[in-house]
Amino acid sequence: MPAAWNEARAQEIVRRHEGRLGALLPILHELQAEFGCVPPNATRLVAEALNLSRAEVHGVVSFYHDFREQPAGRHVLKLCRAEACQSMAGETFAEKVLKHFGLDWHETTPDGRLTIEPVYCLGLCATAPSAMLDGEVMGRLDGESLDDIAQAVGR
Amino acid sequence: MKIFVPRDAAARAVGADKVAAAIAEEAEKAGLDVTIVRNGSRGLLWLEPMVEVETPAGRIAFGPVKRADVAGLVAAKFAADHPLCAGRPEDIPFLKRQTRITFARCGVIDPLSLDDYRRHGGGRGLERAQSLGAAATVEEVTRSGLRGRGGAGFPTGIKWKTVADTRADRKYIVCNADEGDSGTFADRMIMEGDPFLLIEGMAIAGFAVGASKGYIYIRSEYPDAIRTMERAILLWPIDGFDLEVRVGAGAYVCGEETSLLESIEGRRGQVRAKPPLPAHKGLFGKPTVINNVLSLTSVPAILADGAKHYADLGMGRSRGTMPIQLAGNIKHGGLFEAPFGLTLGELVEEIGGGTASGRPVRAVQVGGPLGAYFPKALFDTPFDYEAFAARDGLIGHAGVVVFDDTVDMLHQARFALEFCAIESCGKCTPCRIGSTRGVETIDKIRRGEKVEANLALIEDLCNTMKFGSLCALGGFTPYPVSSALKHFPEDFRRPLPKAAE
Repeated sequence: MPAAWNEARAQEIVRRHEGRLGALLPILHELQAEFGCVPPNATRLVAEALNLSRAEVHGVVSFYHDFREQPAGRHVLKLCRAEACQSMAGETFAEKVLKHFGLDWHETTPDGRLTIEPVYCLGLCATAPSAMLDGEVMGRLDGESLDDIAQAVGR
Repeated sequence: MKIFVPRDAAARAVGADKVAAAIAEEAEKAGLDVTIVRNGSRGLLWLEPMVEVETPAGRIAFGPVKRADVAGLVAAKFAADHPLCAGRPEDIPFLKRQTRITFARCGVIDPLSLDDYRRHGGGRGLERAQSLGAAATVEEVTRSGLRGRGGAGFPTGIKWKTVADTRADRKYIVCNADEGDSGTFADRMIMEGDPFLLIEGMAIAGFAVGASKGYIYIRSEYPDAIRTMERAILLWPIDGFDLEVRVGAGAYVCGEETSLLESIEGRRGQVRAKPPLPAHKGLFGKPTVINNVLSLTSVPAILADGAKHYADLGMGRSRGTMPIQLAGNIKHGGLFEAPFGLTLGELVEEIGGGTASGRPVRAVQVGGPLGAYFPKALFDTPFDYEAFAARDGLIGHAGVVVFDDTVDMLHQARFALEFCAIESCGKCTPCRIGSTRGVETIDKIRRGEKVEANLALIEDLCNTMKFGSLCALGGFTPYPVSSALKHFPEDFRRPLPKAAE
């Protein structure tokens, strides 16, 4: 469970990277790991610490697909949509999963349980189609895998 | 009894962790004394999870092993007459036909045992480089004929020499481990299965060009590789060469070398115009060697066994071996390292065994999302940089994705443009706008609107993107699009399906 925003804790994370060259991405990763997202408060704080403008920090946060400005659901499922998975009917599998949870890409269930996102390649291209649930890899997905996913997220 | 269960992400994705836990549990119940080693993958991915058992006659493989098979395997004490037994891994034709230089240790050793690494010949490359001296090391890499394995195929030795000859107070070695191309997983496999090899390759590069700091930029989609490399760096500190892992954040374009440098520096991953080359002004404005994982992991063997040994393999100007990745709808998918020169047909049909679905092969995309789709008519193309270029294709990072006859090539062409639109860094117009206009135009073709005129428009757009884009993302997206149009024209001229009742 990500922690609620805490200015002192965020300061501590930023300070740990003091003097490091190119510290912005490592700081953003760590803030997101702690708080589940990079909230607007963090943008200001990081900008001050690294002597950047808030626009520059916001520009970086919004450029990279990984960084969020709002927290995701409690579980995050990333389904691979790239070519190798397409060749093994990954799109059909993805449609089934989305339908099961009543979601479209990038959406979160109303109870905040699950967010589904596309990913373009997990490097599991000979065991396709593949996915990642809460950072754990899954391959050779089939009907049974949908049951496993549903069980893991409790729906 | 020593038992090997891979820790490779592909093996874990199909249940290797559960199998390893079950073996420990069942062995304890049966009173069998077992030591479980979590090795890398041998790359016979259709057999994963592939469990190996050490016997006096060598290692014996079993696969694919499911959780439910474990009790039976333990009860049989992993006897060779078990139905899942695949025999000695080295005798499996897929492995037997390979020439493993870069991947020689992958799947064999415990990836995080430095003793294992040294016992299997690791470290000799760095020692020889140090005894040769910096200039002779660069010369050795040049003579090996090694070309950049990331896709561009630029001679590695020339890149190193440029950095070595550039005077600066500080230089960097950057490893591009942002392996974003679909169908490729060799970088991931080697980082998870033999991480010290990459450290050795980077240390040699640092020694050769006079750099004391290296960065490994790994994509965030590879958490296993990140963990393994971070641990390996702590286990093998190299005198005078400091290494650090940097994690990407889900931007495909950061695999382009200049946007990768921007990303490490803490900016949006936008492409830089060249010149200046990174070799002159790269990371933090300093001379930088930026090489792909496979280029750097080829270097230790080149130094250890000599440039000639490596250069004797291959064809034409493509020297040495290439770790080819057979992926997608293929029966025997996995990692196949071989000298350049095998034909695409041999790779897909003989070695890969055709499709996994059992249907006929229709199209093969080589080189990732920016690579061309080849029909069976081009299966005689040898795996070689120039031979693929001559047929309007590229080998890229050597990912081979197979599609059966259910593939809709208009859909694939549309996806290539859509992917470019999602991942474009936005710096240049042909890529940023062209990709979106391309998707819209393909949709018109799908709806049957002015098909021939719109096809002509797509060809024109492809030319604009190819010659007007700053980097390979916009510049190479036309490869999958034009090749689909050229080799599979019928898919673009289908009458509209009747609307559902």
